[in-house]
Amino acid sequence: MTNIRLIARLDVKAPYLIKGVHMEGLRKLGDPQSFAERYYNAGIDEIIYIDAVASLYERNTIVDIVSQTASNVFIPITAGGGVRSVSDARELLRAGADKIAINTAAIKNPMLISEIASALGSQCMVLSVQAKRRDDGNWEAYCDQGREHTGRDVVEWVTEAQELGAGEVLLTSVDQEGTCKGFDIKLVKRVAAALRIPVIASGGAGSIQHLDDVVRQGNATAVAMANVLHYEKLALPVIRETMRALGLSLRPYHASE
Amino acid sequence: MPANSITIVDYDSGNVYGVSRALEHLGYNVELTGDPDRIANAARLILPGVGAFDAAWNLLQERNLVKPIQDFVASSRPFLGICVGMQLMLEEGTEFGNHQGFGFIAGRVERINYAGADGTPHPVPCVGWYALHSATDIRDSLMQNFDDDDTVYFVHSYAARPTNDNDVLAYSEYNGNRIVAALRRGNVYGVQFHPERSGASGMKVLNNFMSVT
Repeated sequence: MTNIRLIARLDVKAPYLIKGVHMEGLRKLGDPQSFAERYYNAGIDEIIYIDAVASLYERNTIVDIVSQTASNVFIPITAGGGVRSVSDARELLRAGADKIAINTAAIKNPMLISEIASALGSQCMVLSVQAKRRDDGNWEAYCDQGREHTGRDVVEWVTEAQELGAGEVLLTSVDQEGTCKGFDIKLVKRVAAALRIPVIASGGAGSIQHLDDVVRQGNATAVAMANVLHYEKLALPVIRETMRALGLSLRPYHASE
Repeated sequence: MPANSITIVDYDSGNVYGVSRALEHLGYNVELTGDPDRIANAARLILPGVGAFDAAWNLLQERNLVKPIQDFVASSRPFLGICVGMQLMLEEGTEFGNHQGFGFIAGRVERINYAGADGTPHPVPCVGWYALHSATDIRDSLMQNFDDDDTVYFVHSYAARPTNDNDVLAYSEYNGNRIVAALRRGNVYGVQFHPERSGASGMKVLNNFMSVT
């Protein structure tokens, strides 16, 4: 077995942590860095920051937030939203990020995936995918927080991205995102089966049962959580111990004093 | 240089900043440099690195850093390779063809199997937190003070296969595959995982390295 990763996803409209439903109707929740530090102390395995408005305004506003967080949070940090070039990616690494998540810019120019993978390593190149169900039972990739069609089939797109050098996929279901009603398990299962790189399931986490389902049935090796953590519906130590008790493999974690 | 000083090789191989921030957080005096003389004359040296074996090696060569690092290691001062920095310590890497490494430790670097010991598939790269199993007496070494709940963060597709089991300090296990997690030969240490990204457990490793002589 492999150890399942518990990841906190923090969508940011600088300087605030925000949360929406289906990636719209954004609500301010507070200072992202203090949320990140709280999750770090409670045993989260990784942090993902996504700048929710960067690609709309073509600018990147989370460099400072990443930099402040990286001084106190010593676990992997992924940063994304509005990254358009190797130099944008380098700036975020310099600020303290370990991995870069890219959606829109990769759709517009798939070779950017190869450029980042060869300059900074595949392990640094996380493909972010916003997937919406289609009537035919497949999924389409979207850009700009689920607003823009791309015409790309999700399974085809992630397969191409893996060949180009992506090291991981952050797979967000736009349909489930913010609902707390469970993951799109069929989506996760299809994508995980098509890839040999790890898939992070994102969008819909509302209960421990949802997490268990997307791991066992969807074959996700990492799960991203947002509302369920931000609104303190579930506590990380409870999530970890319950999943372990259910027979899933997660690292042990006990908070140090 | 003062005893609490540490020099980190800065050669544009991914995130060297994480290593320096973690050491600064622990109160050490960190020097991040790509200067060959400063590297050769460091009191204690860390070689980080991410990405492909040959790409990292080429970056060291372009910056004339191979010889200074060899000179440093020959002087018996403490050296720590992290991730690809550790892989470069072996004789040969096999990512994108065969490439020569430093050869501080006999052996090769090879791709992680795509299936577990029981034949079940798993993702590669291996990404996640795993426990360490000591292969030897680890007192006075990198993993001292580790307990059963300590885990560290890995992200890699290739792993070291040293020729001599005696050079292995610790293993981890990835879906039943034994992964070399930490190496030691004399003053030369290497870890496949990222101590700078492994929370309190990683801090123990960094503190331990800062106290080896």
